[in-house]
Amino acid sequence: MNAEDWESGWLDEEAGPVVRPYAITGGRVDPAGFDLIAHVVATVDDPARGQTPEQRAILAAAARPCAVVEVAAIVDLPLGVVRVLLADLHADGLIERYDPPSTPDGPTEQLLQAVIHGLRAI
Amino acid sequence: MASGRSDRAAVPQALKILVAGGFGVGKTTLVSSVSEISPLRTEEVLTSAGEETDDINGVETKRTTTVAMDFGRITIAPHLVLYLFGTPGQDRFMFLWDELASGSLGAVVMADTRRLADSFNVIDYFERRGTPFMVAVNCFDGVRTHTSTQVRTALDLEQHVPVVLCDARERESVKEVLITLLEYILRTGGASATK
Repeated sequence: MNAEDWESGWLDEEAGPVVRPYAITGGRVDPAGFDLIAHVVATVDDPARGQTPEQRAILAAAARPCAVVEVAAIVDLPLGVVRVLLADLHADGLIERYDPPSTPDGPTEQLLQAVIHGLRAI
Repeated sequence: MASGRSDRAAVPQALKILVAGGFGVGKTTLVSSVSEISPLRTEEVLTSAGEETDDINGVETKRTTTVAMDFGRITIAPHLVLYLFGTPGQDRFMFLWDELASGSLGAVVMADTRRLADSFNVIDYFERRGTPFMVAVNCFDGVRTHTSTQVRTALDLEQHVPVVLCDARERESVKEVLITLLEYILRTGGASATK
C-alpha cells in the first residue's frame, strides 16, 4: 500500500465520523424540539453565503417540503445535530417550519377513515 | 425573496405509526414492505441522559453509542403522509420512545412466538402510556405454529387488543395489519388516550 492509498483508505465508513457529531453544533444540544415529522422548507434557492457544508446540505434536502427525520437521513447526521442546525437556519429565516397539528383529543374519525381508505388503495 | 416561496398547501399533514418489537423480529422488513421509499435510517447519539442505562460493558473505550431508527413513508393522499417508525425495543432505548409515541396514531408491536418475552416491555410501555396498540405475530417461515388466541393468552393481553398473524415480507399482509390498527383506534376511540 502506497502513501496515497493509505491516506485515502484509512478513513472509510468503519472509522465512523471524523468530526464528533456535536462538534458541528459547537456542543449545543437540541434547543427547539423540531418534531420528527415536522416539515421544513428552504426559503431560498441558492443559500450560498455563510453556511457550513452541513447547513447547505440541509437546505438542499429541504428544497421541497421534507420531514425533519428525512432531512437527517439524507444528510446522514444524527437527529439531534440536525435539529440544532435547523434551529439556526430557522432563526436566520432560511427555512420555514411546519409542525404537525397538535391533536390533544387524538385524530378525528374523518382522518382515520381517510388513512384506511388510502391504505386500501395503495 | 426570503419568504413566500413555499406554498403552505404543498406541505402535507404528517402522521406516524410506531412499529416496535425486539431485536430481529422484522420491524424493518415490515416497514419496507409498504414504504414507498427504501427504509431510511436515522441515528441519534446517546447523550448523558442515556448514559446511565447504556450498557457499555466491555466496550470501555467507546464513549458514545448511536441508536438507529429505520423509517418509511406512505403517501396516503397528496396532503396526507404516513410515517412508519421501526423503533428499537430494548429497554435502554426507551428514552427515545416518549418522543416517538407522542402524537402517534398508535403502535404495532411485532412479536416472534419463539421469543414472546421480548415483547413484554414494549407492551407494558404502551399500556402504561395509553397508546393504542396491536400485536402482529410475524410468521417468518410461513408456518403458523401458534394461534392468535394462544399468543393473546401468553402475552396476557386485554380482549380488545387486536392480535393478528402476519408475514412482514408481504405488502398485502402488512397493509391489513395497519388497517386493523386504524380500525381498532376508530372503534375504540383509543386514539384519544394518545398524549
